[in-house]
Amino acid sequence: MMWFNFAKAQSFMPSQGTEIAKQVDNLYGFLLITSFIACVLVIGGMIYFAWKYKRKSDNDKTAYISHNTTLEFVWSFIPLVIFLFVFAWGWFIYHDMRTMPKDALEINVTGKQWAWETEYKNGYKTVNEVVVPVGRDVKIILGSVDVIHSFYVPSFRIKQDAVPGRYTALWFRADKLGDFHIFCTEYCGTAHSGMIGRLKVVPQADFDKYLEEGQEEGQLPLAKRGEKLFALKACSSCHSVDNPAVKVGPSLFQVFGHEVTLTDGSKVSADENYLRESILTPNAKIVKNFPQGVMPTFQGQLNENELNALIEYIKGLK
Amino acid sequence: MATTSAHSDENYINCEKGLWSWLTTVDHKRIGVMYMICVMFFFLVGGIMALLLRLELFAPNKVAGVGGVLSDGNVYNQVMTYHGAIMVFMVIVPGIPAILGNFFLPLHIGAKDVAFPKLNLASWYCFMAGAAMAIFTFFTTRIDTGWTFYTPYSIRTGTATAMMVMAAFVMGFSSILTGLNFIVTVHKLRAPGMTMHRMPLFVWAMYSTAIIQVLATPVLAITLMLIAAERFLGIGIFDPKLGGDPVLFQHFFWFYSHPAVYIMIIPAMGVVSELLTAFSRKVIFGYTAIAYSSLGIAAVSFFVWGHHMFVSGQSATAGIVFSFITMLVGVPTAIKMFNWVATIYKGSVSFEAPMLFALGFLFLFAIGGVTGIMLAVLPIDVHFHDTYFVVAHFHYVMVGGTLMAIMGGFYYWFPKMFGKMHSDVTARLSFVFIFIGFNVTFFPQFILGAMGMPRRYFDYIPQYETLNKISTVGSWLIAVGFLIGLYTIVQGLLKGPKAPANPWGAKTLEWTIPSPPTMHNFEVEPVVTAGPYEYR
Repeated sequence: MMWFNFAKAQSFMPSQGTEIAKQVDNLYGFLLITSFIACVLVIGGMIYFAWKYKRKSDNDKTAYISHNTTLEFVWSFIPLVIFLFVFAWGWFIYHDMRTMPKDALEINVTGKQWAWETEYKNGYKTVNEVVVPVGRDVKIILGSVDVIHSFYVPSFRIKQDAVPGRYTALWFRADKLGDFHIFCTEYCGTAHSGMIGRLKVVPQADFDKYLEEGQEEGQLPLAKRGEKLFALKACSSCHSVDNPAVKVGPSLFQVFGHEVTLTDGSKVSADENYLRESILTPNAKIVKNFPQGVMPTFQGQLNENELNALIEYIKGLK
Repeated sequence: MATTSAHSDENYINCEKGLWSWLTTVDHKRIGVMYMICVMFFFLVGGIMALLLRLELFAPNKVAGVGGVLSDGNVYNQVMTYHGAIMVFMVIVPGIPAILGNFFLPLHIGAKDVAFPKLNLASWYCFMAGAAMAIFTFFTTRIDTGWTFYTPYSIRTGTATAMMVMAAFVMGFSSILTGLNFIVTVHKLRAPGMTMHRMPLFVWAMYSTAIIQVLATPVLAITLMLIAAERFLGIGIFDPKLGGDPVLFQHFFWFYSHPAVYIMIIPAMGVVSELLTAFSRKVIFGYTAIAYSSLGIAAVSFFVWGHHMFVSGQSATAGIVFSFITMLVGVPTAIKMFNWVATIYKGSVSFEAPMLFALGFLFLFAIGGVTGIMLAVLPIDVHFHDTYFVVAHFHYVMVGGTLMAIMGGFYYWFPKMFGKMHSDVTARLSFVFIFIGFNVTFFPQFILGAMGMPRRYFDYIPQYETLNKISTVGSWLIAVGFLIGLYTIVQGLLKGPKAPANPWGAKTLEWTIPSPPTMHNFEVEPVVTAGPYEYR
């Protein structure tokens, strides 16, 4: 089986974090080798014939071979058999991929422009980070609050679109400790390529501790809660908070209490009501040099307490 | 030659003069040339967009100086969208049928023109109107939806999507009308003795394509109208906020756009069949198999759309069914590959530029084909979906396949179209640059996809840097290749020696009349007594 392992090693697939990943790579290794042989036959045959039968004179006589039924049957039949074989093999693995295990640990992950929000069963919420215990079936229940996103962990060879208005799900059983990338693979706008999360696989004990500590964060001062929300609602994807540098949107550093110049040249004072309006109806007033229509509205996604906390946090950015 | 010497220099190009005579022409050859000029212009625009994208991806954004060529993610997304939309709707789809099909389908079957010459001109105007609308959006707020217009993003993004959608709608009519014209032409205008089974395979390919165009394009038109209705009237069809279903859009969209993949590739298969026989001076192997596999592909292509949606949220059962049918559509394609290779066997092969492009097609299409089978296998697609593996795959098929065939076809028929010979040396040089550049650009993208790099990314993690750099360098080689190609065409037009009627020694009917043809194509209606590839 050396050739097979060699092919897999040369396939550049990311590290294998699950059993399914190994199965997928086995199938991929088989496909690579079969494809390579097919290409060598077709391309090699083409080059060989073209070279061997290159024109010697303008009066060359060529063979008149219009068809050969046996040959044509054989070369239709062989690909068909191979195609159906890899289809069946794929079906076999796909069945495992799509059959949700019973008693899996369920975690809700919600996609939004442009971050992943994670919510555990005990109510603890984080952003762009999913922590799971090693060696246990985990079911990720996916949702989206705005457009379609897609939850992709290359090391686990799994991917599922997060569709607004319904739930989708995927499952995995991580058998390796470590950090793995989560990419968004359904185009979702401005910061699509920045929608990168981290999937942390930890021992069960660490996982339990992580959840417990998370829950204790519940009672925090207003500004601290605002800071958490700022990350959680992915405000930080687009707004910087510690220097005047510009990300996608204007920096919020030292904004409160200062004058802001708008696209039409007028100036407004950045007070509580201006901040509130900018969160709930972002396109009402656009800061000079920024495009219209980039920031999604947060109307209906934040309650009054959360708004207070966010504004309190922005006030303190000095 | 029955014509008198006074008329012997008259041809379709010089028989009438002035811009107006072109804009009001109903001659299929002139309309083909007009399409050619427009499509080449759009290809230039789309190509510049591609170079910008590759330049941006030369390094991750945090690398000072070279990272961040485009100012931000929004600009990148717009450039990415225009590259895709222009190349699909305005270059690859109309490329072969509208240019080479218009010009050569009537010649191939011994007809004076297409069945509905005025409709043919109308379809050119539809195309131009749609193209003008598409370009107009570039000067407004621009679009950033990607060429696929996926909902609900396309409904919510605050850009000129509605206009672009209308543009694609109008261009769709051009496609439908051309298809209709070709179907009727093939059935009604064949010369005496030109039975269906004596038609060149290029005509069979055009015929199969026309059927898909007529049947599939209306579905796209309806879908795009629904998007416009949703945007303007707030009717909830695709946006869940209004009670719609975003996945429904994907079903509608791919119901057109998967057959559209075959609108793009079947004509290329037709061109390649002509090139391989002409430059091998040998009868095509398995004429019937190639002709009917085109029809077979056209039929089955309507039932495989779901393989674009294995991870979209459609049911697992649907995924399995679509994967199975996709395997079936792979078989006729494989048959064609084998037939083409068998055609070269015991031929008399010469290596002028058109033949190099045809061989290049076989090389690249083989790779595009096997990676297509990989993507049809369910769990492999779950990993590769929306990664650079897919980007590499469809560029191998659309560029390595269709565009190579367009280039080969241009060089093959250039003497017939314009009555001048182009330089074969520079044409071959353009092939070398395009072929090598293409592989340098797109092969690393297979590996990037296997490593997990998602597509439509403005920025990427550092692990992907080296392969992206190689890919960008390749894009420059391709650019050089096409510039040499442009030089070859311009130089041939201005200074090329006069072309004989049949410079390649090919057997199809267009080579029996002068280069360039007269307005009436055939002075005497040809009577066909044998098949199209009688090299004996």
